Amino acid sequence: MNYEVSIGLEVHVELLTKSKLFCGCSTRFGASPNSQTCPVCLGLPGVLPVINKKAVEYTLSTALALNCKASNFSRFARKNYYYPDLPKNYQISQYEEPLARQGYLEFELEGKLRKVEIERVHLEEDAGKLIHGEATENIEEKDMSFVDYNRTGIPLMEIVTFPVISSPEEAYQYLVNLKKIPKYLKVSDCNMEEGSLRCDANISLAPKGEKRGTKAELKNMNSFKEIREGLTSEIKRQSHLLDKGKRIIQETRLWDNKKKKTYPMRSKEWAHDYRYFPEPDLLPLEIEEKWIEELKAKLPELPQTRCQRFIREYSLPPYDAGVLTDSKELADYFEECLKSFPQPKQVSNWIMGEFLRLLKEENITVEEVKVSPTQLGKLLKYLKKGTISGKLAKVIFEEMFKTGRKAKEIIKLQGLKQITNEKSLRKVIDEVLEQTPQAVSDFKKGKGKALGYLVGEVMKKTKGKANPGLVNKLLKEKLSIL
Amino acid sequence: MKLHELSAHRLHKLIKNREVSVEEIVISLFQRIEKVEEKVKAFLFLYKKEALEEARKWDKRISQGEDIGPLSGIPIAIKDNICLDKKETTCASRILKEFYPPYAATAIERLKKAGVIFIGKTNMDEFAMGSSTENSAFQITRNPWNLETIPGGSSGGSAVAVASGEVPLALGSDTGGSIRQPAALCGVVGLKPTYGRVSRYGLVAFASSLDQIGPVTKTVRDSANLLQVISGKDEFDSTSLDYSVPDYSESLISELKGIRIGLPKEYFIPGIEEEVKKKILTATKVLQDLGARVEEVSLPHTEYAVATYYLVATAEASSNLARYDGVGYGYRTKEKTNLIDMYKKSRQQGFGDEVKRRIMLGTYVLSKGYYENYYGKAQRVRTLIKEDLDKVFQDFDAVITPTSPTVAFKVGEKIDDPLKMYLSDIFTISANLAGIPGISILCGFNKDNLPIGLQILGKAFDEETVLRIAYAYEQNTEWHKRRAEI
Repeated sequence: MNYEVSIGLEVHVELLTKSKLFCGCSTRFGASPNSQTCPVCLGLPGVLPVINKKAVEYTLSTALALNCKASNFSRFARKNYYYPDLPKNYQISQYEEPLARQGYLEFELEGKLRKVEIERVHLEEDAGKLIHGEATENIEEKDMSFVDYNRTGIPLMEIVTFPVISSPEEAYQYLVNLKKIPKYLKVSDCNMEEGSLRCDANISLAPKGEKRGTKAELKNMNSFKEIREGLTSEIKRQSHLLDKGKRIIQETRLWDNKKKKTYPMRSKEWAHDYRYFPEPDLLPLEIEEKWIEELKAKLPELPQTRCQRFIREYSLPPYDAGVLTDSKELADYFEECLKSFPQPKQVSNWIMGEFLRLLKEENITVEEVKVSPTQLGKLLKYLKKGTISGKLAKVIFEEMFKTGRKAKEIIKLQGLKQITNEKSLRKVIDEVLEQTPQAVSDFKKGKGKALGYLVGEVMKKTKGKANPGLVNKLLKEKLSIL
Repeated sequence: MKLHELSAHRLHKLIKNREVSVEEIVISLFQRIEKVEEKVKAFLFLYKKEALEEARKWDKRISQGEDIGPLSGIPIAIKDNICLDKKETTCASRILKEFYPPYAATAIERLKKAGVIFIGKTNMDEFAMGSSTENSAFQITRNPWNLETIPGGSSGGSAVAVASGEVPLALGSDTGGSIRQPAALCGVVGLKPTYGRVSRYGLVAFASSLDQIGPVTKTVRDSANLLQVISGKDEFDSTSLDYSVPDYSESLISELKGIRIGLPKEYFIPGIEEEVKKKILTATKVLQDLGARVEEVSLPHTEYAVATYYLVATAEASSNLARYDGVGYGYRTKEKTNLIDMYKKSRQQGFGDEVKRRIMLGTYVLSKGYYENYYGKAQRVRTLIKEDLDKVFQDFDAVITPTSPTVAFKVGEKIDDPLKMYLSDIFTISANLAGIPGISILCGFNKDNLPIGLQILGKAFDEETVLRIAYAYEQNTEWHKRRAEI
């Protein structure tokens, strides 16, 4: 049978604040275990949390970018559960009074505009990390577990959708587009490998037109791809059960990426009643409308809007516009480049081609690129004027990319300027023709291929610097009079 | 009078006039401690060597002509749920035995700046849960007025240390009466400041929305001076409020002209001892003679205070005490087990009965399906209790009540009857629920020579009026001059 699928996503985004949510400890990733801790994030007796205003600002900005209504009154709540990575055995989170509610994210799905409604955006503290002894070399530590509290207390923003997503592909696209927002706002790097973006899903099936079925929660998916796979596998599992007339149990299931299927979490042990109640150690947040307005005014142009504008203003294909607006930095680079070389499609081709290829190869970010957009523009100007060939331009750009030197400098230093001087080219052509009588006679016999061969030889001799069009023209002239 | 019998203010004058050295004071107090501590058992830890060193440092500074403040070189005892850096802080619980905090409470930092000398940490009911100090995991503290009786609690150790002349000053903490009730039962002055007046940073939490650190002293003046030092906004405690701290010594006026005092009829219930009632009414007359207008008022929701308190306080406690799990610090079971068993056994073996009782109650109160009926409802009743007081405070400057319905009871008398024990706090709890300040002062003795306490409650952040009434009463009566003979 065909079922209607309802998917809801819960995305946790680690915020890029310098210090933790409730203490002054650093949030730097990768420090040695427990080096970034203090009595507050270790939950020692008698200490108290103090809210990090920047984290509130980042969360509000993201929520506003997601078209949410920011709350004027918001409160933290304690979520109580026991786990060794949670030093207080409660997490300071938000429950009934989140920072923002009721927003949406729009994006394109198979050529159509989709709108996914967001239920809430709230702020909470992260837990620590358990390291189990099996992973260590030291035999004495094999049956021990260790806790690294460096991550404890790092601000996490949680973005929760209503269960309105109707396919794994839509979930995937939602995530791809959602991820751009915190990155545009520079409030998170949304790096799944470093755990700065995590996503859980809930999914239920129901026959068309009927009310939503029992949902299962999915955890332990470590990439957007795994989320799509996990949801697909879960749809299969649930529809199989429903087809046989069986019931779906409400449970939490874990994705096993090796076996490519979900399996139930040992539920009894962790059946939680979180016993939420308002956090008495923090005063409720009263957020002034003025601040909200200020944050709204400060929002940059967001990816979806910018993409539409690129299509409209620069007549770019939607695909190009999508790639270029993927990150704010790339889109800024593109527009900056246009200032010195106002040919959008050509710039787009270069950025999407050589630029992104080298970025990936060198494994760096747009911000780390040594070539300024103006320099790329200048290079494209040389190319257009015919000072250099397309092939050479690529060689030069790679050099620019690696060394940060200017196009002009490289061209001059390495003598890479195209040979457009007819006199010197004629000289080379004469040499080539003398050395390859076979090709000349082939050409005479009407073999067109021979011309290409001869052009190639001239290019070889000039180390690629000759203008190929000119070589072609001069060769034909010479051959015709032979 | 001997040095150990003097108030901090008197000692300050002697030090200032160079009639006595700080070292002499500290030596004299430790002599007193050696004499009586075995009987009263007020202290869990004593810092004799360091105290003497500090004293000599002060004497040197004084001899060099350094200006001294009212608390410079004055010895103080600290309740063992307030963190003193690098000093064992146990909350009188096995679960925190050998826990040495690397930080000091903000109140302690402020005391250090004021130049006090720390004498030791005092006994208490485990995690401040109790009204007799019998819930300590380590020892039973005795009331110096009668060693057969309890000193009240939970700050029993601090009250006894002051009442027995072991120290002139102590800090306690008050969640439902834990400063005022033992102060009443031991015949000393105990002040619970407005919620938010004194930073809670470094006070091991029992019930976060109710806890407050406060002074236990021999006189009202000492109480004012100690409050002066520990009060004020602290950036490490978001619930400490940014109200300017007045000069409390200016409130110490010994008449009460124009002061309006309410006497709530709901506080004179059956179950209150006749002698307590009589003494409160006598005290009322004294206040009237000093110029105060005293009228009967009504606080209609008083009867729900104890029930409300035991829902709110236990709910918060169940969460606050969740961190004692044997993972990072504190007691961990010696038995080799899996994670869940480690949690269970560490807590089973580490906590005492009363603490377990309250954790269970609090966990239940917050559970799915019960939250609204218990915690939710309690919060609403809490608002009603606060509104009762707000209403009275529209027409009155203060409210007076007995601090405790009874005088000190026998050791062991109520330990097996928690409900009876909980009623010890029936008159003190409302102040915590409403967040207002309250003081308990000595207003007489019963026929067995056991102290009776008068409680004065004031408006939020109006410790001044509370201190003024207490001071006027004290200055015009002789009770506070009596000392327990041990």
